[in-house]
Amino acid sequence: MTHRLWGLVIFALAFFVIPINQVHSHELSGFVAGEVRLFPQEAIFPGQTDQSASFALQPEYYHEFKSGSSFTFVPFLRVDSGDQERTHFDIRELTFLLLKDEYELRIGVRKVFWGATEVLHLVDIINQIDLVENLDTEDRLGQPMVNLSVARDWGTVDVFWMPFFRERTFQGTGGRLRFRDVVDEDRTEYESPAEEWHNDWAFRYSHTFGDLDLGLAQFIGTNREPTFFNSADENGSAIVIPKYELIRQTSIDATYVVEDWLWKFEAMYRTGQRNEDFYAWTGGFEYTFVGFMESSMDLGLIGEWMFDTREEEATNPFENDIVGGLRLAVNDAASTEALLAVVQDLNTDARFLILEASRRFGDNWLLTAELRGFLDQTQEDFLFDARDDDLMQIQLEYYF
Amino acid sequence: MKYFLIFTLLFVSPVFAETPEEKGLAIAKEDDKRDNGFGDFTANMVMVLKNKQGEESTRHIRNKTLEVEGDGDKSISIFDRPRDVKGTALLNFTHKVGTDDQWLYLPALKRVKRISSANKSGSFMGSEFAYEDVTSQEVEKYTYKWIRDEEFKGEKCFVFERYPVYKNSGYTRQLVWLDQKDYKILKIEFFDRKNSPLKTLTQSDFKQYLGKYWYPGTMFMDNHQTGKSTLLTWTNYKFGNGLSNKDFNKNSLKRAR
Repeated sequence: MTHRLWGLVIFALAFFVIPINQVHSHELSGFVAGEVRLFPQEAIFPGQTDQSASFALQPEYYHEFKSGSSFTFVPFLRVDSGDQERTHFDIRELTFLLLKDEYELRIGVRKVFWGATEVLHLVDIINQIDLVENLDTEDRLGQPMVNLSVARDWGTVDVFWMPFFRERTFQGTGGRLRFRDVVDEDRTEYESPAEEWHNDWAFRYSHTFGDLDLGLAQFIGTNREPTFFNSADENGSAIVIPKYELIRQTSIDATYVVEDWLWKFEAMYRTGQRNEDFYAWTGGFEYTFVGFMESSMDLGLIGEWMFDTREEEATNPFENDIVGGLRLAVNDAASTEALLAVVQDLNTDARFLILEASRRFGDNWLLTAELRGFLDQTQEDFLFDARDDDLMQIQLEYYF
Repeated sequence: MKYFLIFTLLFVSPVFAETPEEKGLAIAKEDDKRDNGFGDFTANMVMVLKNKQGEESTRHIRNKTLEVEGDGDKSISIFDRPRDVKGTALLNFTHKVGTDDQWLYLPALKRVKRISSANKSGSFMGSEFAYEDVTSQEVEKYTYKWIRDEEFKGEKCFVFERYPVYKNSGYTRQLVWLDQKDYKILKIEFFDRKNSPLKTLTQSDFKQYLGKYWYPGTMFMDNHQTGKSTLLTWTNYKFGNGLSNKDFNKNSLKRAR
């Protein structure tokens, strides 16, 4: 099914790329990465592994024309020993950018970020989450689109036409950090008869008003967040079926700077999901002590609150939670950094622990360690099935 | 007689009895005047960070700067090396008064993040340069005091002190050596919040651009308290690129590379 789309995209690109004699500059960069994951606690569900190793590759080809217009191609591949669903390929970016004085037009596959907060990316709806990559939802699948962006003195307006929908990736039988029953992506359901070929639209206005950065957006189309149904496959085994409904989502995101404080806020109103309209918001602050304890290090304090009016019915774990975090930037030659955050559910005892640290070696190597802990997850918690999936992950990346 | 005295006070004494503060300010104003009118420039920067043990680490940065009349400059800095931060870019609007506006573009997340710039004493990319050392220098950011005239590296210099008036500076004062002919800053000694010697900046390999503007090719910052140093080399200065405000917004930050 998808090859039809790729054909279309490549055709569109070829149309623009033909005058190759106008090459201005081009370059190849990217990274290769090796990763080891250890789960200290024994797996709960049959088939799950206690450790896994994986390899990832993400080259990036960039080509710029004299006019400033450009072409970018970023494929991504991961091969994983523990979960066959985590072995996957994606086109993160395949975009032609037409750059004019009055506008920017982008045709192809790419990633767009909307938002302000650090932990929950509530309003960031353009790209589907590549959930098998990381639970932090910051890895996204490439979204096919045509995007027109017009920047003026009074603000920037973006229009997105998205002719094809990307399904969320889910852990397979061998994977940890999943539901008890595996999500069966072959039985995915859609509200739209056009299924993944529904025309999705998004509109965004963003502008900086002095110390305030503001974004207002409207999304009309296929929900990136599935609603799950329990079912059984032909062998009678329990499975989970994802359904992607048609929704409308209105959102606001804002960052306000006051001296060393950054105040952040995101809110959205969504209709069409499970016939229940709801609000959700997240907001908080980041305060940085520059050169704390008379060193050259920076220490940031992060506090955020997440709320969803659906409460227990929420389709994410953050229906009423607060986050406290510390971010350390050592400001050394190796760019050593660390982040510690604790997410506390305000309705139950459930806590979620995040520790991330990274350091560069030489000019090209980056070592990253991540620790995730699921503490006191009770039966009614969203992450109950991952209660024994504490994770230690070490990744070594080589950038070229 | 009385009228003569008033006349003297009004018109003569300011010339004769220019205070060191007034002289310092006049020098800074003249320096600023000579720097005005460049329009825009692009340049490449290589930063070599050296620690106490002599281990080196290199960063490559490209820079675009736009002069803004009546306010501080706008600039975009794009990182090429180390490779893991390649494509990271910083958009900075300097203001004559008040805090600057800064946005950081993180290419892996495709995220433009507003960052707080209130504290200018933070390290610029792990180097011995603080943000307040690398953002555009405006007359209004300091008060001044001329100290003496002296010869430095064979050039006749004004030696004056400047005192940051913006909040959260890492310095109590800076001692500046400025050559009297071309108004090139040859050396700055920085004193920390406790007024102890902190860093020394020496600038050399000056070149004249557009027949008017003198820019250093080499800037060396030596931190006396940590034993670390940063050598900054500028190459490939280009003026008159036709840059305008639209090259310095969040959209252009996202596609800067």
